[in-house]
Amino acid sequence: MIVEVGHFALALALALSVIQMAMPIWAAYSGDEALRETTVPAALGVFACILFAFGALTYAHVMSDFSVKNVVENSHTLKPLIYKFSGVWGNHEGSMLLWVLILSLFGAMVAVAKNSVPPVLRTNTLAVQALITFVFVLFIITTSNPFDRVAPAPLEGNDLNPLLQDFGLAVHPPLLYLGYVGFSITFAFAAAALIDGRIDAVWARAVRPWTLTAWVFLTLGIAMGSYWAYYELGWGGWWFWDPVENASLMPWIAGTALLHSTVVMEKRDALKVWTVLLAVLTFSLSLMGTFIVRSGLLTSVHTFASDPTRGVFILAILVLFIGGSLTLFAWRAPMLRQGGLFAPISREGALVLNNLFLVAACATVLVGTLYPLLLEMLTAQKISVGPPFFNWTFVPLAIPLLLIVPFGQSLAWKRGDLAAAAQRLFAAFAIAFVVAIGTAALTWGGPVMAPVAIGLGAYLIIGSVLEVFSRARGYGNSRARDLSTIGRRAAGLPRSAWGTAIAHAGVGVLVIGIAAQSWAVEGLATLKPGGTLAVGPYVATLDKVGPQTGENYEETAAFLTLRTASGDMVGPVETGKRFYPSRKMSVTESGLKTIGVSQVYASLGEVMPDGSIGLRLYYKPLVLLIWLGAVVMALGGAVSLTDRRIRVGAPAKARAKPPLNAVPAE
Amino acid sequence: MTRKSRRLTLIAACGAVLAVAVGLILWQMSGSIVFFRSPAEVAAQGVAPGVRFRLGGLVLDGSLKRGPDQTVDFSVTDTKGTIPVHYKGLLPDLFREGQGVVTEGMLDAGGTFRADTVLAKHDESYMPREVADALKAQGRWQEGKDGKPVPKAEGSETSLGKRSER
Repeated sequence: MIVEVGHFALALALALSVIQMAMPIWAAYSGDEALRETTVPAALGVFACILFAFGALTYAHVMSDFSVKNVVENSHTLKPLIYKFSGVWGNHEGSMLLWVLILSLFGAMVAVAKNSVPPVLRTNTLAVQALITFVFVLFIITTSNPFDRVAPAPLEGNDLNPLLQDFGLAVHPPLLYLGYVGFSITFAFAAAALIDGRIDAVWARAVRPWTLTAWVFLTLGIAMGSYWAYYELGWGGWWFWDPVENASLMPWIAGTALLHSTVVMEKRDALKVWTVLLAVLTFSLSLMGTFIVRSGLLTSVHTFASDPTRGVFILAILVLFIGGSLTLFAWRAPMLRQGGLFAPISREGALVLNNLFLVAACATVLVGTLYPLLLEMLTAQKISVGPPFFNWTFVPLAIPLLLIVPFGQSLAWKRGDLAAAAQRLFAAFAIAFVVAIGTAALTWGGPVMAPVAIGLGAYLIIGSVLEVFSRARGYGNSRARDLSTIGRRAAGLPRSAWGTAIAHAGVGVLVIGIAAQSWAVEGLATLKPGGTLAVGPYVATLDKVGPQTGENYEETAAFLTLRTASGDMVGPVETGKRFYPSRKMSVTESGLKTIGVSQVYASLGEVMPDGSIGLRLYYKPLVLLIWLGAVVMALGGAVSLTDRRIRVGAPAKARAKPPLNAVPAE
Repeated sequence: MTRKSRRLTLIAACGAVLAVAVGLILWQMSGSIVFFRSPAEVAAQGVAPGVRFRLGGLVLDGSLKRGPDQTVDFSVTDTKGTIPVHYKGLLPDLFREGQGVVTEGMLDAGGTFRADTVLAKHDESYMPREVADALKAQGRWQEGKDGKPVPKAEGSETSLGKRSER
């Protein structure tokens, strides 16, 4: 019964989204202000309906209602409870429902954001958002209904793909979708501005928090997905330049560019048309990502829940939104008032360079991802574009970008002084140089480029610290002499300044983590109990191989003890092969031992009849910095989000905190 | 700086970055892309040793032999041609004889394919799309063993699942 009500609620959401879309248009023709505001309760209603539908599907999953086809195909009575929840979006239909749930959540949030968004812009944005909701709910109801019943209901379900029975599934898709779908709001804002024919700094200020929110979640979502793939796929890689990864990376790069260009637009009333185009492109890339993931057109290691028969519908959606918005852009953009030009050596000049490099890097990823598809269509040749391509196109474009990051931060708006900026950054150069030389000396005979990259990471981190420090110290006559004044001023800096510095330092941490992987060591051996395998500075001893039983699997586990080369105990590591009888599938569970921010990674191979095992060990120095760097970046975004400036119209407090009690970093 | 020279600076910067990006793409397009070939195509086209490509097909029944130190030998077939493969490393969980596989590496002088990556499907009903297409092109798309139909090319899952790399 509750399943039928959920299905009905979804249909109701479809109808309500038509109202949400139509009311602002009608109001524009009739000039009726009150009518326009009816779009707000409609948006809230759409969200409530979809939330109910999602709740109904979750209920069916948790209760193991095997009369629902979706539950039969993806659940099992013995499946642990957390995977009964996360299994809701571990399949095509349910993940689409999560997608529209987040879409309508953002719609509802814009609907209630009365203070920060001007009324006409808000309702027009809601109308565009409603169109997206309508199309995707229609897609779910007509092609991917999660509420389909089966009769007679089987006694047991098929279980979820064991690879997905992991904590990663519980957090990765929701975070990723909050990011992907969050960019629908910036898209809707851009389309609304194009329809309205007016775009200014107020628009930029209204859009910025939404872009930032989406960006923070997308950053976390990608990082979480990367870590999940790292420990689940069993061969220790953290980024494979796989089409599905690229599909999430491209909107992230475009979103990062958008984030920076909105700042220019807000402060200097420039780059308007470009910003609107970026907003359109970012969501278009998100949609294309959805299409790539769902259609199975490109062979990937990560894809789940795809169905090519629905590809045509998604392709039609893609054509509608990308084609439609670009047509709208081509038609309306010339009518927008252009912003002014500005000096190349200035904060805005540096941000333009940032946009140039980011867009170029995004384009290389796009070409590398779609080229195999294009070539196959044209010549029937099958190719794969692997990591070397991306390493040699993306990375050379990323390095100059990273070099200008600290400069951009310390240049002034309108007219910057490059020499003064370089002088301020002198300490960063010096320390980075020492770090690079020191690393090279310590690892003599090892990789050549990696110490340089470590130096680059240090340069980014020190550059961010220096930026906060020199802003807090002040210049000229107001230059502070004592540390307590500097501390007080640092606490009083705008949150966005802190956010920028933290996020950029996060990039530095990420760069160091990536660079350190050049020193990763791998060991492979056939071991009998008692045998040892050395990897990097550690030695693993195989203690025993034995069976273990989980809730819905049987496992053959290898128990290892990790010691340092000199024999000091580090701790136990366990890796196993789990067999899931319901799917007749076996999955390797890798074992991880975290030492500081480095890890030792164990992966079990074939278990021989004579009791020996195939074992692969990796030593991954500083590997956790990769994901920690991403988390720090997201933290910077979140800090920036609390800036007073972007809460326009919010009651302005004289001072949030008395300055003396203030803590510098948060 | 005049308005004109500012605009020129901007255009020059755009042009320079784009030229670098296009240059990098073209350079890499000629060097680092990897072609997919079935055993029959390898035989027909005569691929030179040392050229990197992806070899895909079915693992020939009875061909899997394990050597010392986690080395394995098996043969990849598309029923028209067969190529022996040598690999050192852990095989993916669902690597089986008679089922689809994609390997990446290069031929040695003796005609053995030295693979450094083995990709196997990760679902009972999935076959890599390239393998399915190649088998179809050979007209060898047929019912599988044990009365189980060989899966349709457009399967329900796209997961290649675990990849094994040296």
